[in-house]
Amino acid sequence: MESLKYLCFSIFVFIPVSNCLYFHIGETEKKCFIEEIPDETMVIGNYKTQLYDKKSNSFMPSSPGIGMHVEIKGPDDDIILSKMYSSEGRFTFTSHTPGEHLICIYSNSTSWAMFGSNKMRVHLDIEVGEHANDYREIQEKDKLTELQLRVRQLLDQVEQIQKEQNYQRYREERFRHTSESTNQRVLWWSIAQTAILLVTGFWQMRHLKGFFEAKKLV
Amino acid sequence: MFFEDVDQDEEITLEYQVISGGKYDVDVFIEDPKGQVIYKETKKQYDAFDHTTNLKGTYKFCFSNEFSTFTHKVVYFDFIKGEEDPFARDVGAHITVLTQLETSCVTIHEALKTVIEYQTHHRLREAKGRARAERLNEKIQWWSLGEFCLILGIGLTQVLVLRSFFTDNKQKQSTKI
Repeated sequence: MESLKYLCFSIFVFIPVSNCLYFHIGETEKKCFIEEIPDETMVIGNYKTQLYDKKSNSFMPSSPGIGMHVEIKGPDDDIILSKMYSSEGRFTFTSHTPGEHLICIYSNSTSWAMFGSNKMRVHLDIEVGEHANDYREIQEKDKLTELQLRVRQLLDQVEQIQKEQNYQRYREERFRHTSESTNQRVLWWSIAQTAILLVTGFWQMRHLKGFFEAKKLV
Repeated sequence: MFFEDVDQDEEITLEYQVISGGKYDVDVFIEDPKGQVIYKETKKQYDAFDHTTNLKGTYKFCFSNEFSTFTHKVVYFDFIKGEEDPFARDVGAHITVLTQLETSCVTIHEALKTVIEYQTHHRLREAKGRARAERLNEKIQWWSLGEFCLILGIGLTQVLVLRSFFTDNKQKQSTKI
């Protein structure tokens, strides 16, 4: 088994779908990617799987009948999306809380042996926020001129920057909260430990004194 | 291990940074379609590497945490291939002249891209610090609780052991005879 259990990836790639990043996974392997995004951000993921054919020693163009399970967890460990898709699919979600979202993809079937393969190639492309917008589509739909489209892109970018800044403020607040909590904990635990030391010491001496007096040794 | 199909004479950039885990270092290597290693680093914390491809094919890059015994690592990476331009005009080899407005738009777009890049870097640095702080916070809680119980336990044990030194071992005597 690869050391994937010990590596979780945070990914930010922006390239067209047709020839995107790909990686291999084993049959029961789960591969997870972390996306740290602000709230109300749309994320689009496209994936395509190919099963490895041992006979021809190459990857089959498409793998029929293999379902892929996509699971997306939000920052509070709540499941945002948990759906089964076919071997080629596209998933979309919009974040409602800012933070680290975990996008996990794994195969559901255990019948790979039937196809005579032990690994699968997964093409994956995750687009976040402004990059998820297809400008050609927007131009067609809203009938914008080239200039208007460019301005629209700029507006989207600025909106993304704004959201990120907001998120930054929220994160800084969390960091500050954590630091203050650490400070408090150190203080109270130190006091508690000193107190327990003193109490234990006193109790020991008192108990032993009583014990020795009872034994008539003192 | 990640693979990417790249054309010839394209500019590729791989940027990575270790966000959490151990000493925040990772092994990386990039291979071209012929299997030649074009970039290799061991125990690096962050780097940005760009390269103009002279071969068309599948490029492979791999992050490895094999030197570490049990620390999980979280690695951010960004693989950029070629130019991203949804406004590329299909006019063959010539680039048509852009109007002044369009040029300004392009300038603003590039500047905003830089801003977003800075934001990403800032977010990564901050994530690293924050993850560390949160781990520290938890560790303090558990260790302090443990020490607290340890002090109580030791105190009790000391008393019991001392008592056992001074107690009559009537049972022991009976078995000797």
